[in-house]
Amino acid sequence: MSYMTKSPWVIHYDASSCNGCDIEVLAALTPVYDLERFGIINTGNPKHADVFLVTGSVNEQNRAVVKNIYDQIPNPKVVVAVGICATSGGVFRECYNVAGGIDKIIPVDVYVPGCAARPESIIDGVVTALGILDAKRQAMKEKKSENAGNRGDVV
Amino acid sequence: MSRQIIVPFGPQHPVLPEPLHLDLVLEDERVVDVIPSIGYVHRGFEKLVEKRDFNNYVYLAERTCGICSFIHGMTYCQGIEQVMGIEVPERALYLRTIWSEYSRLHSHLLWLGCFADSFGFENLFMNAWRIRERVLDVLEQTTGGRVIQGACKVGGVRRNIGSEKLAEMNEGLGIIRREIEDLTNVFLFDSSIRHRLKNVGVLSKEDAYHLGAVGPVARGSGVNVDLRKTGYAAYGKLKFEPVVETAGDSLARCTVRARELFASIDMIHQAIAAIPEGPLDVKVTGAPEGEYFSRSEQPRGELIHYVKGNGTKFLVRSRIRTPTLTNIPPLVKMLAGCELADVPVIVLSIDPCIGCAER
Amino acid sequence: MTIENQSTTPVEIGKLIGVVEEFRNQGYRLVQIGCTATGDLYEINYSFDKDYTFRNIRVTVTPDTEIPSITGMYWGAFIYENEMHDLFGVNVRGMNIDFKGTLIRTSVKNPFGIAAGKGEKQ
Repeated sequence: MSYMTKSPWVIHYDASSCNGCDIEVLAALTPVYDLERFGIINTGNPKHADVFLVTGSVNEQNRAVVKNIYDQIPNPKVVVAVGICATSGGVFRECYNVAGGIDKIIPVDVYVPGCAARPESIIDGVVTALGILDAKRQAMKEKKSENAGNRGDVV
Repeated sequence: MSRQIIVPFGPQHPVLPEPLHLDLVLEDERVVDVIPSIGYVHRGFEKLVEKRDFNNYVYLAERTCGICSFIHGMTYCQGIEQVMGIEVPERALYLRTIWSEYSRLHSHLLWLGCFADSFGFENLFMNAWRIRERVLDVLEQTTGGRVIQGACKVGGVRRNIGSEKLAEMNEGLGIIRREIEDLTNVFLFDSSIRHRLKNVGVLSKEDAYHLGAVGPVARGSGVNVDLRKTGYAAYGKLKFEPVVETAGDSLARCTVRARELFASIDMIHQAIAAIPEGPLDVKVTGAPEGEYFSRSEQPRGELIHYVKGNGTKFLVRSRIRTPTLTNIPPLVKMLAGCELADVPVIVLSIDPCIGCAER
Repeated sequence: MTIENQSTTPVEIGKLIGVVEEFRNQGYRLVQIGCTATGDLYEINYSFDKDYTFRNIRVTVTPDTEIPSITGMYWGAFIYENEMHDLFGVNVRGMNIDFKGTLIRTSVKNPFGIAAGKGEKQ
């Protein structure tokens, strides 16, 4: 990816992580790693966001919260599962209160490995996600012009 | 009297890195009652003692929390060692102390950053986290892990720190200290920060003691309790005094943590100067039979790992009582009577670690 | 090296409140309340500390025994008592703040309880 035409914003939610990945997500945004140099800003409002970073795995109580945040993010959007817990449940997969990876409730575009995921891997994951975001945006545009064409409108 | 309304706070909230939910009962702008609810990150891994033997469980104990992971692992190991009567070599105890204090530095810097963010000082947040990276570099160079270290095991430690590296760390601490001085001067003396923190979320000494407050929350209210004084690991051989402030407000809690940064640096200097040569671990044979409440001072306060074994490889019970759990009742007291706009500052002032609290 | 001496004193359930009151009057702080399932019984540990002296008392009860709440003496104890109720299914009577099973919501009811353990083996 050579450059981004937009400035994508991320939102982070801790599903049932131990905090290890969460603080690494924050570390990726701060000096030294500085994800913000790609024009990326961490926001607390899902309606501002393009990229959804989830750490930790799904359980009964946060299922609805994760789904709700996902639904509030406008299209196009990408989901990055940060760390092994968000991918599969990781070291906690056998716990009674852990249902498994985030992909059990929402579609995941990029999986970032690690326990805890390193900031370098997180940045790599987000940058990969931006490529997917661009492709999704392109696909939406084409679909829109196609639909418009079918109706005989001027695009 | 005006009408009461309930404002939900969390679980997803801009100031909270972790999910905590509070129902705030308001009369106009004033909070009259608070009902906390947790459980968003409950995993229930204490139950896994039935499936992982006591040596493997160290990995789970460490992942109680990604911020003070080393101290969790160490406290658990310490509990098993006390039950089994294992004599841990001196050098290992000193290394545990050094890593514990580096963990405290990284945790307090992380908190200072998040706290600054809660009252709108983003640049200060970035600066605190920039300094924190220096601490993480040392942890990574010496243990291999930035936030989850995996350096502790039952009977000792897995890695050594060579004398050259120790000397280098000793020097590096000088740089860290100077940077922390600049940083904490802003927290402690900037008039707009003092304005935001002074007399906000006051907790009296009596309340702090009887509601079970621990760590900087207790010490900020004048309660002199620091579990490092029990002399676990190598703390019995180091000279230090617990940092105590008496005002009991958010500024006092912030001051305690800021001053503890310097205390930690002093302790690491002392430990590096006194660390003896010797083996890193002892062979562990048999299985734990008996019980012990292993206590330690985590950055957030007193931590307890209760372990109970029945002579098999699998423990009967592991019960982790984390400082955030016991700091929730004091938080409820602090919030009652405050203004809605101060809620984020007060919540952050106890340094909540929900991942810990719910396990 | 022993770090500290820890004494555990068994206490009858009927005398619990009196003993806890004694600790409170002597100026101990409540350190924790924790429950352990052993066989068909629950061991409940109440730990106190004063000037780094750690003291523990223990009541051993059957699963259907009602435990009196100690929130009258230690207001903050509600957090442990609710936790014990949610994770073990221990009934606690007279809590100052009773979440009625909603403090920690779990996918399995009372996961640490004796009944849950038996269900798993079958």
